[in-house]
Amino acid sequence: MKAPPPIFNGILAVFALSFMVLAMAPALQLDGLQPKVDEDLGDIYPIDVSGVQAEGRAVYVSQGCVACHTEQVRDASEGSDLGRGWGARRTVARDYIYEMPVLLGYMRFGPDLANIGTRKDADNADKYSVAWHYMHLYNPQATSPGTNMPSYKFLFEKRKIAGQMDEDALKLPAGEVPEGYQIVPSAQARQLVAYLTGLDHSHPLPEAGPNIQPPKPGVSGGAAK
Amino acid sequence: MPEPLTTPAAPAAEMTAAEIEWIDRSLIDESMRMPVMFFFSTALTWLLAATVIGFICSMKLHDPGFLGDWSFLTYGRLWPAYTNILVYGWGLPAGIGTAIWITARLCRVVLKSAWIPIISGIFWNIGVTVGVIAVLAGNMQPYELLEFPRQASVLLFIAYALIGAWGVVMFNNRRPGHVYISLWYFVGAFFWFPWLYASANLMVGSPHVHGVVHAAIAAWYAQGLLGYFFASVGLGAIYYLIPKVIGKPVHSYNLALLGFWSFEIFWGLTGMVKFTGGPFPVWYSSLSIAALILLLIPVGTVGVNILMTMKDDTRMVYHSPAVRFTMYGTVAWLVGMVITILGSVREMDQETHFTQFSAGSFHLLIYAFFTMTMFGAMYYIVPRLVGCEWLSASFIRLHFWGSGYGIGLMILMMIIAGAAQGWYWNNPSQVSLGVKYFGAIEVLAEIMPYLRAQSLAWILLIGAHLLFCIHFLAMLLRLGQPSGEPTLFAPITEGEQHP
Repeated sequence: MKAPPPIFNGILAVFALSFMVLAMAPALQLDGLQPKVDEDLGDIYPIDVSGVQAEGRAVYVSQGCVACHTEQVRDASEGSDLGRGWGARRTVARDYIYEMPVLLGYMRFGPDLANIGTRKDADNADKYSVAWHYMHLYNPQATSPGTNMPSYKFLFEKRKIAGQMDEDALKLPAGEVPEGYQIVPSAQARQLVAYLTGLDHSHPLPEAGPNIQPPKPGVSGGAAK
Repeated sequence: MPEPLTTPAAPAAEMTAAEIEWIDRSLIDESMRMPVMFFFSTALTWLLAATVIGFICSMKLHDPGFLGDWSFLTYGRLWPAYTNILVYGWGLPAGIGTAIWITARLCRVVLKSAWIPIISGIFWNIGVTVGVIAVLAGNMQPYELLEFPRQASVLLFIAYALIGAWGVVMFNNRRPGHVYISLWYFVGAFFWFPWLYASANLMVGSPHVHGVVHAAIAAWYAQGLLGYFFASVGLGAIYYLIPKVIGKPVHSYNLALLGFWSFEIFWGLTGMVKFTGGPFPVWYSSLSIAALILLLIPVGTVGVNILMTMKDDTRMVYHSPAVRFTMYGTVAWLVGMVITILGSVREMDQETHFTQFSAGSFHLLIYAFFTMTMFGAMYYIVPRLVGCEWLSASFIRLHFWGSGYGIGLMILMMIIAGAAQGWYWNNPSQVSLGVKYFGAIEVLAEIMPYLRAQSLAWILLIGAHLLFCIHFLAMLLRLGQPSGEPTLFAPITEGEQHP
């Protein structure tokens, strides 16, 4: 008995089916999406980030932030993402057309970051500011006691204070830095924080449904954490 | 070693069929020794590395300061390094070694040009090393199991394409006769992986593919790898080893046929469950969920087939290491598939998406099913290649209990932690529990005990794998027992089937 050709043909067919449905179909259906343009207002969304924010995205990739953080907000019917104030609406394919690489993520040890740039905390106006992000990266326990986020101290530099202090120098408790020195964010930390504070997927899009109001602060002990 | 099979030392007429068969087997094993042992040795080295890194990852989840001062040891880099080593360093080479040996045995082919698999094995391991170093240095892609940069993935592709082509050549030159079930699975794996790997890497790396399409392709790839390589090679090995050791044919050929094709067809459509609720049109995840539910067909048929084959010989689990490990693998496959299917149903998915639950079902398939099955295969194959028997039944027993309980505990803790994580994420306000708001930190505090238990499981695994590696090294140095009798947990008494 010679090789039953059905094996080879079947193996080919099985793979072709899988490839067509789950690789080619999304490429054909979703690859040509165009930004939403409102000609009356001169408003285009999404727009491609550039410069320091694009560099910050590369830092986000190279530090492996996706291992614990997602950048996708699910609909209210799929979970409590919106209830937590992680966004004003669900995210849709069009939100990501310029993101290269796209950082949807797969795991949530920490909160979703799709709209971290717009997030506010009613109890702590300083939270999610640039200075807060620097401190959070340098020593997560200082801003979020009990977290298991690792410290990214290696993204910061110890520098001698020459004249004035750097405006982004960390405000650390006395004794943590030797006299006459300061801790300043490296270029990578600045890029990363520029990327994070620019993250915003909340511009209205018709396919994502109407935007909701963020949950009232105070009811749940403050907004999203 | 291009020995034709029909050149026995004495004229064939003077030999019995059994003697000719014995010579055939020795010739095949002789020709397979170097490549298979090479794949097994490198695989086990990577397994030790994966186990240590997995342990460090697990420690970092409950003790973030642990080894926290170096960028290459942050969780974000160690976790992808761990999964990639487990899959590409350990899993694929172990599977390749097993698949080519069983293929040679089933096709009755003496391996010609043994240098091809060895060269490709060397390429493969260089590729994995380059990839892991790149990931630790931060040069990676943010897609699960596609983190390796282009330099490494090209090497991996070339190496596997060589092996796959060579496996298919072996299949085409087989002795005429029935094509056994395991061969379907292995030939599938020889074909599928290079296609899958090449098309995924090309599309994800292409500047002409944009946005979420990358994520869809990465999800398609990661799921395809689980089914088209790991499940195929693992099930192929189970279909070979269990009937071989208990000395009985497989219960039903037709069930095996149904189980094979239904699994391969439906599994290829399940990739998008990873994005249920994600930024995709809803039909993708609906289709994947439907395909997963249809997978109950192959789960049922393969399960029934293997368990019915074992039915009258369950006592072999107490005697034969190969059967005990592969049965653990079989049960883990059934449980893993059922958990994957249940976890994908929308109501369950809402509670488990983005949690450790998915790590749990991944480990059920890669670790509890595939790794344990590969251990079983090694316990069967290695003595036939090195010409001596395993040194000590107690070592094997300890290895089984250590790895069995270690993996079981780790996965159980992952699944419970995932369920808890999902529930607290979805129920942010729990005044009755005395907490006004469950943010990331409060959720973490709830699952802390399960994270700690995982580190405990990792310590068990380190011990068990280290023991197995020492045992394997002894076999490599020919320090095993010289007797022709296999090393069993308990001797088989009169009247029982000889393994």
